[in-house]
Amino acid sequence: MNKYLISGNSVIAEAAIRAGCQCYFGYPITPQNELTEYMALHLSRKEGCTFIQAESEISAINMVYGASIAGARAMTSSSSPGISLKQEGISYLAACELPAVIVNMMRGGPGLGSISASQSDYFQATRGGGHGDYRTIVLSPASGQELADLTQRAFDLADNYRTPVIILGDGMLGQMMEPVEFHKEAPENLSTKSWALKGAKDRPSKIIKTFTSNPNELEEINWRLFRKYRLIEREEVDYETYMVEDAELIVIAYGIAARIAKGAIKKARAHNLKVGMLRPITLWPFPFKKIQEISKRVQYFFVFEMNMGQMIEDVQLALEGNGEISFYGRPGGVIPTPSEVFRILSRQYYQKGLNR
Amino acid sequence: MKAKVKMKGYIEINQESCKGCQICFYFCPKSSISDSGSINSSGYFSACFSDNSECNACGICAIVCPEAAIEVYRE
Amino acid sequence: MTIKTVYKRPKLLKERLFHYCPGCGHSVIHKLLCEVIDEMNLKERIVCIPPPGCSVFAYNYLDIDMAESAHGRGAAVATGIKRVSPETIVFTYQGDGDLSAIGTAETIHAANREEKITAIFVNNAVYGMTGGQMAPTTMIGQKTTTSPYGREVNKEGYPLKMSEILSVVEGTVYIERTAVNSPKNIKKTKKAISKAFQVQIDNLGFSMVEILSPCPTNWKMSPIESWHWVDKEMVKEFPLGVIKDRIKVKKC
Repeated sequence: MNKYLISGNSVIAEAAIRAGCQCYFGYPITPQNELTEYMALHLSRKEGCTFIQAESEISAINMVYGASIAGARAMTSSSSPGISLKQEGISYLAACELPAVIVNMMRGGPGLGSISASQSDYFQATRGGGHGDYRTIVLSPASGQELADLTQRAFDLADNYRTPVIILGDGMLGQMMEPVEFHKEAPENLSTKSWALKGAKDRPSKIIKTFTSNPNELEEINWRLFRKYRLIEREEVDYETYMVEDAELIVIAYGIAARIAKGAIKKARAHNLKVGMLRPITLWPFPFKKIQEISKRVQYFFVFEMNMGQMIEDVQLALEGNGEISFYGRPGGVIPTPSEVFRILSRQYYQKGLNR
Repeated sequence: MKAKVKMKGYIEINQESCKGCQICFYFCPKSSISDSGSINSSGYFSACFSDNSECNACGICAIVCPEAAIEVYRE
Repeated sequence: MTIKTVYKRPKLLKERLFHYCPGCGHSVIHKLLCEVIDEMNLKERIVCIPPPGCSVFAYNYLDIDMAESAHGRGAAVATGIKRVSPETIVFTYQGDGDLSAIGTAETIHAANREEKITAIFVNNAVYGMTGGQMAPTTMIGQKTTTSPYGREVNKEGYPLKMSEILSVVEGTVYIERTAVNSPKNIKKTKKAISKAFQVQIDNLGFSMVEILSPCPTNWKMSPIESWHWVDKEMVKEFPLGVIKDRIKVKKC
């Protein structure tokens, strides 16, 4: 199998094309422009495919909504400020149970923030993001290879559950170049979508709608979504464990922060500190059960995020008051080094007396 | 020579769809539509066709009726 | 003696009472759409994008495929559908708040990309469903719930003329402004709608019919007064007629 050395943003684009993405709608924003540019170069000339540089992020997500209504595999990408604008459309996609893939290569916030990598949109991504009672599947890649694999998985999940799926990367993953293999070729024929609207031919007319004036009807729609979300929580949790077997201290980190933490853990192990890591790959659904399982044996947890502490709330929910959690975070687009994290980590380790 | 036959028409007003907006009263060139004086189940005073034999089935009432409550026939 | 049917309820209009107020223009436009779609034999390949607003319930009446859009995003949603499925006839149904306030960007850029879609733009000079607030198309001096002393130019600006604005956008092929306040105007509106759909069928570009439509409830008038008010006031600001016709040029 061929290996490609391309930037993370381009990896997502290529993986999407190979996953059968037929439509891409984007709007320029750093640090994810390479993705849009790759699509302009490669998707726009592909037979039966569409690339549009939209007039705004809002338009882009609504074009995705339209393409999904017509039964196509569609995606859009942006970075934090642009993702805020897309939330309206994501809410409608969730309400209408339409598949879509939305990439957020996070940058520092709030406001216009910075263009440097950050993880400040964890709450926005995992709590639904827009208005209304809904969730989106959130995938958190931590390497070039995972960008490829999770992008392809995102399209399948979106179709299977008819729900928007967020790929939550960051500016660093997007810019980084790593050798990547693409495990999938574009499918010859994607199955036709039962919900697609193209005119009422050989069937009664159909509607795709979100509005109803009947609260009871809307309640039933909400419960239907709820049941789907429960199913996703049961079936789709994914995570990676790293040196947890004998660990006394468990780092919990995701995405690029987990990559940095891995470097710190390697240093810790070199100093005979028994540190391991749980890395959630799906941020929603979150690996609550796995953390509970680990907490039966391990007392100390160390949450590391590139924000002021967002995922830590999910870890607290998982631990239900058991165990002890400490936190280290750098918000605003500051990217800590493995040595820095190792320093904090080892201090915790000694303070807790884990070396004894 | 053939005698010119006067066209005769009539309309049917769906009393339940009518909202009594009276737009048809105004536009009917023969003033053949008026208030029925009775209230339908939606609470509107519906319109009724007063068969004064003047109706020539021009169809204007049906064109302007916002409720699509009027159907027009020609004998 | 044989009896000939001169006018029958349109086939594509579902058997259901309209929720619109007495004298409302929406239901007249719905009727026309049903007639045109049926006459042009488009039911099997047409998708309507209704907006939030009074016509959010259009799906209760028109027996065709529909996909509801977020406020103002109709043109973007229509773009998505049309690009995936070029053989589908896609039209948005939008009010003046939808198309000329929150959705200006989507509309202008879809038109500029020469998207092969059609906009049915219902202009009744107010936000109807939310209770008659001021719209960009509200007349100067017109009282609404958010311009209770009448629209003032120095505070609230002028009625926005979307048809004229769009006429200078290269990608628009056919734009006509009509009204549904008299038998003659209703007939013209029907013709304009079929012409706009034909532009799309011929794959020529963006087409729009702006329809001045009475809103008796929010204008606080009787139905017939509101139908007259369209002629008396609105037409002065929004003159009727073909605003742009590039059909011949595009066909060459």
